[in-house]
Amino acid sequence: MTVTAAPATRPTADRPDLTRAALSGRRRFTNRLATAAIWGAVLLAVVPLALVTYTVVSKGAGVMSPSFLTEDIPNSYRRVGGGMAPAIIGTLLITGAAALMAIPLGVFGAIYLNEYGKQRPLARLIRLMADVMTGVPSIVMGLFIYIAWVRLVGQFTGFAGALALACLMLPVVIRSSEEMLRLVPEELRQASMALGARKWKTTLTVVLPAAISGITSGSLLAVARAAGETAPIIIVTGIAFSPNWNLFDGSNTALPAQIFRNASTSFPAAQDRAWGAALTLIVIVLGFTIIARFISSRFAIKER
Amino acid sequence: MTLTNKSPASPSTLTRRGSSAVGDRVFSWWTLGTGLLVLAVLGLILITTVREAWPALDAMGLRFLTERTWDPNPATGDAVFGALSFAYGTAISSLIALLFAVPISIGIALFLTELAPRRLRAPAVTVIDLLAAVPSVVFGLWGILVVAPALVPVYQWCHDVLGGVPVLGNLFGPVVSGRNYMTAGLILAIMVTPIITSITREVFSTVPRADKDAALALGATRWEMIRGAVFPHSFGGVVGAVMLGLGRAMGETIAVALVIGGSTNITANLFAPGNSMAAVIVQQFGESTGTFTAALIGLGVVLFAMTVLINVLAQTVVRRAEARMKGSVA
Repeated sequence: MTVTAAPATRPTADRPDLTRAALSGRRRFTNRLATAAIWGAVLLAVVPLALVTYTVVSKGAGVMSPSFLTEDIPNSYRRVGGGMAPAIIGTLLITGAAALMAIPLGVFGAIYLNEYGKQRPLARLIRLMADVMTGVPSIVMGLFIYIAWVRLVGQFTGFAGALALACLMLPVVIRSSEEMLRLVPEELRQASMALGARKWKTTLTVVLPAAISGITSGSLLAVARAAGETAPIIIVTGIAFSPNWNLFDGSNTALPAQIFRNASTSFPAAQDRAWGAALTLIVIVLGFTIIARFISSRFAIKER
Repeated sequence: MTLTNKSPASPSTLTRRGSSAVGDRVFSWWTLGTGLLVLAVLGLILITTVREAWPALDAMGLRFLTERTWDPNPATGDAVFGALSFAYGTAISSLIALLFAVPISIGIALFLTELAPRRLRAPAVTVIDLLAAVPSVVFGLWGILVVAPALVPVYQWCHDVLGGVPVLGNLFGPVVSGRNYMTAGLILAIMVTPIITSITREVFSTVPRADKDAALALGATRWEMIRGAVFPHSFGGVVGAVMLGLGRAMGETIAVALVIGGSTNITANLFAPGNSMAAVIVQQFGESTGTFTAALIGLGVVLFAMTVLINVLAQTVVRRAEARMKGSVA
């Protein structure tokens, strides 16, 4: 479109001023204020993260030593020294067992949702309920396992903790795995079918391998979250002061539970141990998170 | 699908009936079974907890929700289990959390979708992810040993300045210790910010480019564009996100148990110690027996029912908003 209006008919003085300077003071001020508020919100989120990290690292590093990682937990909160070895072992065993249960089941559940159920009413219900289950408080899951398992076998065990964590991980694994399966190109499935493979074979040998990196990273994030869960561990695993390698017999303990118990006391020695345990836990959780991020950024399926 | 595996070793006809037809059926049933596990667990939670809590719920009736006394071991008479003061604590601490977390989360989401320079976007997302990754017990530890003592002078100052104001002054009563509703709410705010932010951000990112460009073309400032194009479009989704945050705040146990102070009372004073439903369970479960245990499980039932209700509502709201937004893009 060509502009034909002659300058004479449209004097510059009448032309609307579209520069920033023409904004009324009030509008410009409101805009500045809102922009500042948004930046402020971001800073407000950074501050607690920085403070927590700084405090845990500085206080935890003071306690950290080889003996802290290898010695038993003192059975009196007052006593100075001791370590967190039983809790570290407990955390790794309980979280590991929970992952072994929840990840395969969750992945198969995701396969149902994405490969079989799709948009059927049942699949939609399961999807909704998985999202709801993600919001069930961990303490309720602890009570559930206490009633359904601890009462049944008659003792606190590490396995009960693993069951509770598995229940908490399951919906997260299902939903994140489903997202990843959805990214697998339809052509891969069709190609496999065209070669005569059965649907189960297609799913297990073509679809699953194509999505495995995303599933792994999503599952690792779920594991990282579960490793920091405290309430169910306190309710169903009991207390232990020396390492218990057997998940099915006798009480156990985990880092989050030790942090909670030691933080609730007013003894400096116990509080020191809590900081040390917190640093150890954060390193474990962050380790899982970083590995997950690495896998997902390195091997992710590119969206079409 | 009429093809079966046709290997050279056993040339077979291309019929539906192959050696692995059974495998297909078994596999589909197996995956269905794992999917149903979700429904089974939720159903079992409801059934088992209600059954175990029944002695207490039956003895107390509706008073379980309306009675403010919680006395498991009275000197004389029957034990009284009233959850009202704990429900109050849960409500107050969650509301404080939302009061702080919602504006901040919306701010961060706007920053990520509208404002952030490209090279600041990834670090900002990382901050939110890390905030979500820190275990709640670590926030609790930090809250009880660092934040609570540090905030006492601040609370004292608030009390001195605002305590005399009529009505409003009731909220800022005398400070007993740093472990109170306010500290619990602040710690909760940090913990629910990531979840509200991530959902709000997704919702904001679905606002059509055309709407925003249109607003800017009409001469709107960036803030006016956000108010006129982004907010109306994403209102439903944001409400859903806030409700999910509320559900998370209500169910959070450990951090609250550490910083809320642990006393059974109902007061408008935000600087007074109280307790929440989830926190009471974890504090008292170890020493409980019989009806006492049943009453604590009863608290769990109430918590379960409320969080499931809020989550179902929130998911429905978010889904509906998403569907509507997809429709408007087309």
